Amino acid sequence: MSQITYREALRIALQESMREDSTIILMGEDVGHYGGAYGVTKGMIEEFGEKRILDTPISEEGIVGTAVGSAMTGLRPVVELMYVDFVMLAMDQLANQAAKIRYMFGGQISVPMVMRAQGGTGRSGAAQHSQSLEAWMMHTPGLLLAIPATVTDAYFLLKHALKLSDPVVFLEHKMLYTLKGEINTSDSLSWGQAAVLRQGSDFTLVTYSRMVHRALDAAEKLAEIGIQAEVIDLRTLYPLDTETINSSVKKTGRALVVTEDCLTAGVSAELSARIMEGSFEFLEEPVLRLAGEDIPIPVSPSMEKEAVPSVDRIFSTAKLLLRK
Amino acid sequence: MDTKTQTMIRMYTQMLRIRTFEERVGELFLKGGTAGSMLHLSIGEESAAVGVGEVMNSGDGFTTHHRGHGIFLARGADPKRMMAEIGGKEDGYCRGKGGSMHIADNDLGHLGANAIVGGGISHVVGAGLTYQYLGKEQVAVAFFGDGAMQQGGLYESMNLAALWKLPVMFVCINNEYGMGTRLDRASASLEFAKRAETFGLNGLEVDGLDVCRVLQDAQELMDGVRNGTPAFLKVDCYRFHGHARKDKSHYREEEEEHKGREKDPIAHLENQLVKNKLVTTEELERIKSQIDNEMDEAMEYALNSSEPETMQRFQDVYAPESPEPLPVDERILQALNDPLS
Ligand SMILES: Cc1ncc(C[n+]2csc(CCOP(=O)(O)OP(=O)(O)O)c2C)c(N)n1
Ligand SMILES: [Mg+2]
Repeated sequence: MSQITYREALRIALQESMREDSTIILMGEDVGHYGGAYGVTKGMIEEFGEKRILDTPISEEGIVGTAVGSAMTGLRPVVELMYVDFVMLAMDQLANQAAKIRYMFGGQISVPMVMRAQGGTGRSGAAQHSQSLEAWMMHTPGLLLAIPATVTDAYFLLKHALKLSDPVVFLEHKMLYTLKGEINTSDSLSWGQAAVLRQGSDFTLVTYSRMVHRALDAAEKLAEIGIQAEVIDLRTLYPLDTETINSSVKKTGRALVVTEDCLTAGVSAELSARIMEGSFEFLEEPVLRLAGEDIPIPVSPSMEKEAVPSVDRIFSTAKLLLRK
Repeated sequence: MDTKTQTMIRMYTQMLRIRTFEERVGELFLKGGTAGSMLHLSIGEESAAVGVGEVMNSGDGFTTHHRGHGIFLARGADPKRMMAEIGGKEDGYCRGKGGSMHIADNDLGHLGANAIVGGGISHVVGAGLTYQYLGKEQVAVAFFGDGAMQQGGLYESMNLAALWKLPVMFVCINNEYGMGTRLDRASASLEFAKRAETFGLNGLEVDGLDVCRVLQDAQELMDGVRNGTPAFLKVDCYRFHGHARKDKSHYREEEEEHKGREKDPIAHLENQLVKNKLVTTEELERIKSQIDNEMDEAMEYALNSSEPETMQRFQDVYAPESPEPLPVDERILQALNDPLS
């Protein structure tokens, strides 16, 4: 198969799913004629028309609420939020409504929708266009949460999300859209299963999304000095595959969690707690967390770069963990 | 009996069922049979539920605010299962997980009561989109209070509904209060229908004293809705009692309450029926005692219904295809379990 981008993989997943399932509609700001702020839905309006690709006004609460209502009554909407930072305007609809409807109504009504958004640093977007907010979603029972790092996962996770009966938050990373790769159809990993992307015996590196690539780069450099990292890409944060994490940590005895979201009460806090609970007896060292700094993201490219883990920081932190 | 009289008697019966139901909910509360103290009774607002409910068809979707018992009853709810849900019981519509403020029934088109002021309004926009997309004849109606008229989401919803010509109706039940804040202290302009018209909706305002007028206006708007023009209706009522069951309304004068309660849609219609000799006093007595029995039974049913199995609290967070959340106790035991032994 030929090389395609993460962006194209997402588009192909949407196109194939929409051809198979006529109840899927796509809605969001500039998803139609403009083609999506990051180009994911480019050209789709030509195939599917305005009935299925809905350009919406700039009304995040209204759009997500409309998606919820249409999901409750028989459609399968995909909402694109231009930036995950804008989810604040729709948070009631996501967290109070979409996430709780099945439960509050005793299992009678499903909300099969996908809310796509992109987050993360890397484009000098400053404090309101660069955040990683997955911890908020993860903190909300009732939401499923996929966060692909690779071209293959962008494709398979989105296709799978479009078959589920519950609201899925699907978080893309703005710096991954141009990532190239093949859709590996022999990939047998199922939804909810973490991927062990690199085997290693010295420590376990747990991460997801863009940080997967930094982790793999750091692992290469570490191998050169004789440190073997086992790199785990979580792929989904709910379900969370603690089994894969803990069976690795039980083998290596050391764990480093790397996330782009900020440290305090972040995803890294949850992951380190799960490792502590699951692998306490096997740990040679405290679980280390290398996360985004507890600061809003600054616009200055040089300060922005320092706000989140870099390959060098992962490399040096791993050395500290190994007491080298 | 002509159909007009039949409609009047049906609406009278429905309004009285709602009021009696709410009174029994109050009693159930005193008997300790309700889950929680957040019970918002719709006494005084029956004409809005019944007048609009009358122009809806089976299959039409709707959402309500937190004061929605009457609307659900008007749309065919079984008072037994409603009362059981309000009691947090297994036999309730949501098996004891929703209660008064989150009651729903997919079969009757009830897409949910909502405890977030304005929270369910955009869901009918989505339902309208579904009906339009699938080419169905159904419409969707959002019921909410005057408080929601000051929420931004309402206007996003109105715009979307008008923009996409969705079969949607917005119904504001104006009971003059949002908790203890009288409407004129919350809204600079009280011309709500005008707001809706600005968005491209048909808008009307009607005095809720007379359910026949509510019906008439609702019908006029609904004809438009079914032909592609979404609509807004404000029904002016008075909240006879406190905001919630325990509220004694210390923030309003007795004289005002006294006057407000004169705006009684049930007494008004009963007078009309009797004055015009459309119904005999025997017939009225028969209706009343039938309703009394029905609601007594509902209360008994709720009191006798069993509590849900507490392990059910882990169910329905997700569909069965996804893992259920791990109970805290199990996590603790796993953490303490010596993995070497
Ligand atoms: C978003 C939100 N804000 C505040 C509240 C608390 N609250 C519950 S009911 C209510 C008053 C609502 O007034 P109105 O919409 O007129 O409905 P009514 O109670 O009069 O039927 C308030 C402030 C809430 N539930 N949700
Ligand atoms: Mg009110």
